[in-house]
Amino acid sequence: MLRVIVRRLLQLVVTLIALSALIFIWLRNLPGGPVEALLGERATPERRALLTKALGYDQPILVQYGKFMQRVVTGDFGNSIRSGDPVTEVISRAFPATIELALAAMIIAVGLGVPLGYLAARWRGRFLDNLTIAGTLLGISIPIFFLGYLLKDVFTQNIHWFPPSGRLTTGLDNTNVTGFFVLDGLLTREFDASADALWHLILPAITLATIPLAVIVRITRASVLDVLNEDYVRTAEAKGLRHRTIRGRHILRNALLPVVTTIGLQTGALLSGAVLTEKVYNWGGIGTLITDSITGGRDYPVLQAIILLAALIFVVVNLLVDLSYAFIDPRVRVR
Amino acid sequence: MSDPITQAGAPAPRSGDDKPRPGMSERSIGVLGDRKKARLDELARASSADRGGISLVRDAVRRLRRNPVAIVGATIVGLFILVAIFAPLIAPHDPVARFDELTKNLTVDSIPGASSEFPLGSDPLGRDFLSRMIYGARQTLFVGVLATLIGLALGVLIGAIAGAFGGWVDVVLMRLTDVMLALPSLLLAITLVAMASRSSQWTVIFAVAIVNVPIFARLLRGSMLAQRESDHVLAARALGVKERNIVLRHMLPNSLTAVIVQATLTFAVAILDAAALSFLGLGDPDINRAEWGLMLGVDGQRYFEVRPELAYYPALAIVVVALGFTLLGEAMREAIDPKNRR
Repeated sequence: MLRVIVRRLLQLVVTLIALSALIFIWLRNLPGGPVEALLGERATPERRALLTKALGYDQPILVQYGKFMQRVVTGDFGNSIRSGDPVTEVISRAFPATIELALAAMIIAVGLGVPLGYLAARWRGRFLDNLTIAGTLLGISIPIFFLGYLLKDVFTQNIHWFPPSGRLTTGLDNTNVTGFFVLDGLLTREFDASADALWHLILPAITLATIPLAVIVRITRASVLDVLNEDYVRTAEAKGLRHRTIRGRHILRNALLPVVTTIGLQTGALLSGAVLTEKVYNWGGIGTLITDSITGGRDYPVLQAIILLAALIFVVVNLLVDLSYAFIDPRVRVR
Repeated sequence: MSDPITQAGAPAPRSGDDKPRPGMSERSIGVLGDRKKARLDELARASSADRGGISLVRDAVRRLRRNPVAIVGATIVGLFILVAIFAPLIAPHDPVARFDELTKNLTVDSIPGASSEFPLGSDPLGRDFLSRMIYGARQTLFVGVLATLIGLALGVLIGAIAGAFGGWVDVVLMRLTDVMLALPSLLLAITLVAMASRSSQWTVIFAVAIVNVPIFARLLRGSMLAQRESDHVLAARALGVKERNIVLRHMLPNSLTAVIVQATLTFAVAILDAAALSFLGLGDPDINRAEWGLMLGVDGQRYFEVRPELAYYPALAIVVVALGFTLLGEAMREAIDPKNRR
């Protein structure tokens, strides 16, 4: 087990280094680079040269990369070109918003997806199964930003159940502790802030959850169907075990492995989806930051850091998923 | 008499009557061979009479035709392609012309709706929305097909090289695809679009295509690696077929079915991704271009409060077409799965 962990960690490092080099070279070679973006209309040749020198863009690319990596290792990603604040600060301000949203979406997707997939498999070919499959097909075929607008239109314009955008009602005084607004409200016992944050969270979380939900339902269904035909399930039935025991210990536990893998892989879909969802609901997280970093002048330091961070999260989550196999499936532990 | 030990396989040397024995065994082998031949012939006849030696692909097509899901998918895809091809004949108006009847009623918070001459009303620039929707099928097909084909071509190239050579080539190429897969797809596409000096239709096609390269590459490589050890490749190698021909004639064609199925599914993702890029403001800046993703992502979003139909129609079109390709692709995947052979 330890050897597996060490090998995966080494792979992670290699992947990240390769990625950082690629991103660094790509983004540096962009036309209309950061100097132009900073100066805008005030660009004169002298100013351009001065700024290029100040930012270190006149040095050989390898030297730039070396310096970049040196700083990255110490957690310094430079300053944002747009706001001038340190990149780490810009990102850590936006980060909790996205994590809160992604976690909420994942809770919906897993909490709803696994039971639905299981029920669909149990009643294969029946009404619920067909309905579920039709729903998942629709879920992966609909552009999620459109779904976001649709939900927003129905639930905030026609029936005023939810707020249209943002993370909190403006003017509400909340204390910022962790940046996770729902949690903050509980920690500081400002329960109104917590409830308000939760209320704002629901629509975006549902929007973001659609694709992972559809995928998880399908995988759970397929996986349970595979297990249902196994000999040991029949044996368990023949032994006269209670159905609840068979379902829990024999079917669900064995069907869970592919589902857990899928949950890990959906992290990527969540990060992609967050970019779109955050724009629809004006959420102000990492997704918003990405869009702004590109469309409002190319903010390379921020973009670089976000891309590396996204890859890091994705790879680490999937490593954790692989490790969790050992807890779900004892056979993995022995190997 | 020679030494019994050097006479390998000679039966019981001291039995005396060694003459009938070889005759016996010869005859029994002959009988056995005849029986085996007869059985094989019978088997061949039986199977050919039954199925006519059906190939995997033909068998799959036969199963597809029976599957209602596949028929629905194929019908949607077929209609979509027909509309795309015959767009100039179907569309009532020029999709880029601005009509005075429409522009004169155009204000910031009102866009003319349906009339007898313009069944779906106007777009924000006073153009016939129905014609734009019809021509949109064409552009959407163009973007989707090209993005899928470019992704497929590059992915197949990488996957085939990795699968054919194995060893360190495989390791390096697969590490590269791992790096690409480690990035969320949309984030990778955004980064690629940001690299271009200016946005155009091609940046979108290219970005969406690149995102799909590692998926095709992994798929093909896996299938080819599985075949490297398989019997038909071993047989070809034993016959002295050149390595290059083994890869091109034996391994690649056998792996392509899975890739084609994946391409069908990828098409759906490609048009959704293209729409997402347009929505983020990274799409095609050409205002004359009628493409569903663009119409939904730009005008549909901007004028959602004024006239939601501008979003509803392109969205509906995208959902239906994506659904069609997904249904067809999944039915195909199910059909080629040997587990489902009946």
